[in-house]
Amino acid sequence: MVRPLPGAVSAARRVPNRLPYHTVRALWIAAFLAPALILFTAVVAYPVLSAMAYSLYRWDGIVRAGWAGLANFRRLLTQYPYSERMLVAFGHNVWTFALTMVVQNGFGLLFAVLLAGRTWGARVYRAIFFMPVVLSLVIVGFLWELFLNPIWGPLNKLLALAGLGALTRPWLGDPHTALVALILVNAWRWVGFPTIVFLAGIQAIPEEYLEAARLDGAGAGAIFRRIVVPLLAPQVNIIVILTFIGAFNWFELPYIMQGVTGEPFHATDVLGLLFYRAAFGAVDTGNPDVGVGSAIAVVMFALILATSGLGALYLRRREVEA
Amino acid sequence: MQALLVANSLVVLLPMLFMLLSSLKTTREIFQQPFALPAVLRWQNYADVWGAAHFALYFRNSLVVAVASMVLILLAGTPAAYALGRYRFRGNDLIFLYFLTGIMVPIRLAIIPLFIMMRDLRLLDTLWSLILVYAASGLPSAVFILTGFFRTLPQDLDNAARIDGAGELGILVRVLLPLVRPALAIVTVYNIIPIWNDFFFPLVFIHQDRLKTLPLGLTVFFGEFQTNWGLLFAGLTLAAAPVLALYVVLSQQFIQGCRRSVTLSP
Repeated sequence: MVRPLPGAVSAARRVPNRLPYHTVRALWIAAFLAPALILFTAVVAYPVLSAMAYSLYRWDGIVRAGWAGLANFRRLLTQYPYSERMLVAFGHNVWTFALTMVVQNGFGLLFAVLLAGRTWGARVYRAIFFMPVVLSLVIVGFLWELFLNPIWGPLNKLLALAGLGALTRPWLGDPHTALVALILVNAWRWVGFPTIVFLAGIQAIPEEYLEAARLDGAGAGAIFRRIVVPLLAPQVNIIVILTFIGAFNWFELPYIMQGVTGEPFHATDVLGLLFYRAAFGAVDTGNPDVGVGSAIAVVMFALILATSGLGALYLRRREVEA
Repeated sequence: MQALLVANSLVVLLPMLFMLLSSLKTTREIFQQPFALPAVLRWQNYADVWGAAHFALYFRNSLVVAVASMVLILLAGTPAAYALGRYRFRGNDLIFLYFLTGIMVPIRLAIIPLFIMMRDLRLLDTLWSLILVYAASGLPSAVFILTGFFRTLPQDLDNAARIDGAGELGILVRVLLPLVRPALAIVTVYNIIPIWNDFFFPLVFIHQDRLKTLPLGLTVFFGEFQTNWGLLFAGLTLAAAPVLALYVVLSQQFIQGCRRSVTLSP
């Protein structure tokens, strides 16, 4: 055994202190970033990129079987039943986005304007409107499934009591009303969200602008159109993007209330359900089809990224102008 | 004005009140007199639900998953945000942007690779599969919000501490962490509700009943008691109660947290 020289020990002990500060600093920065970078890369970035790559392979169950090129996309767009299901589901997503924009975000803007004035109880109203946003969509879905039950549901009973018995119908069982009913339930849950975002935007508008317009004799309508709406553009933009993402990612509510096939007769089928069926269940009959499932995922990714990219670009350009 | 606001308050609150009242009725009462107050308060529904469904287990699982995910998000996200917000180095902007892309990317579209990965790691049908996914997908917004907060703190704080001999970790833990505590609260509020409410990942990852989280467990319960509406409403009320109770106490914080992270301004 070799005895270390006393001097060597103290030198070794001093080495860390002798590292130049910028090296120590770089090591610390790396150590601070490493856990988040590793976790994010392994569980978000890498799987997302893999999901895209998966669409280019043939799949045997969940075993990768060989290069497929664009065959999965071709099957998705041309082979029955995928082609038909895809078109129908896509149409439902578009309709969901459009109706949600009008109903949910329209009401959200209206409520925000009403709450922005020195309205009595504004904070309480705001808290009430936002309340369903914290509820699980599973709870919301089941609750409204009971409410909309054709025989025992309180909605039809209420209509009958009000003398509107002719209007009662199986809201979720009728292909003509099912999707609209789902969209309205979704709006019931979410409307507080655009409300608070718009409200924050309106409250950020400097009081002087409004005061100046008032002094110039502008009415409430003119102030809203000429000052509030243009200055609200960033909030509108964010809400449009989030509504788009939400509409094209829609899954929980249709799954809970209408089942994995989007009953009745695919009247509430959406891309999220189709994707889930392709990946884990089956489209109509047959086995899981990971290739086509991944192709659907890529289409959804492309749609969502394109929209949010355009939106972000638009936002950036406005900020530069302002 | 007030009329519209009151009307919408009723649209929001009456369904919840209806749920609560119906949970204290018999099924026959709900069917025959849906809008009447319960003749007798039937607390038995709650006892039945608690006994028949594994609600206590579902609650426990949801709580474990939410708390563990949140701890991971803060433990990994805070130092990363500190590095990005307080140090100038090459690649800072690039790494920040890399995390930022995660805010817009819907992680559930990567479910097939995640499923295969969890299977290979033997984490399928464990709570860890959920915790990892929630922690990783919660990181981008956490890093974004916290970096913004770290940047607003004056640089003199670090310099003074450094002169006093504090190390880089010491500056973070002793000097800056107490100052960003409000931001940590915002990150927690913003992340924990979607984690608590998530249904998609448990649906894919979890099969054993004893590992199901509350939203997934609720679907089991609804399948079993389809015709017993008294129990169904009691189960829904029970499932909604913790979040709503928390919301009643902390509604302003919820709204602030949500607003701040959506408008992406710290």
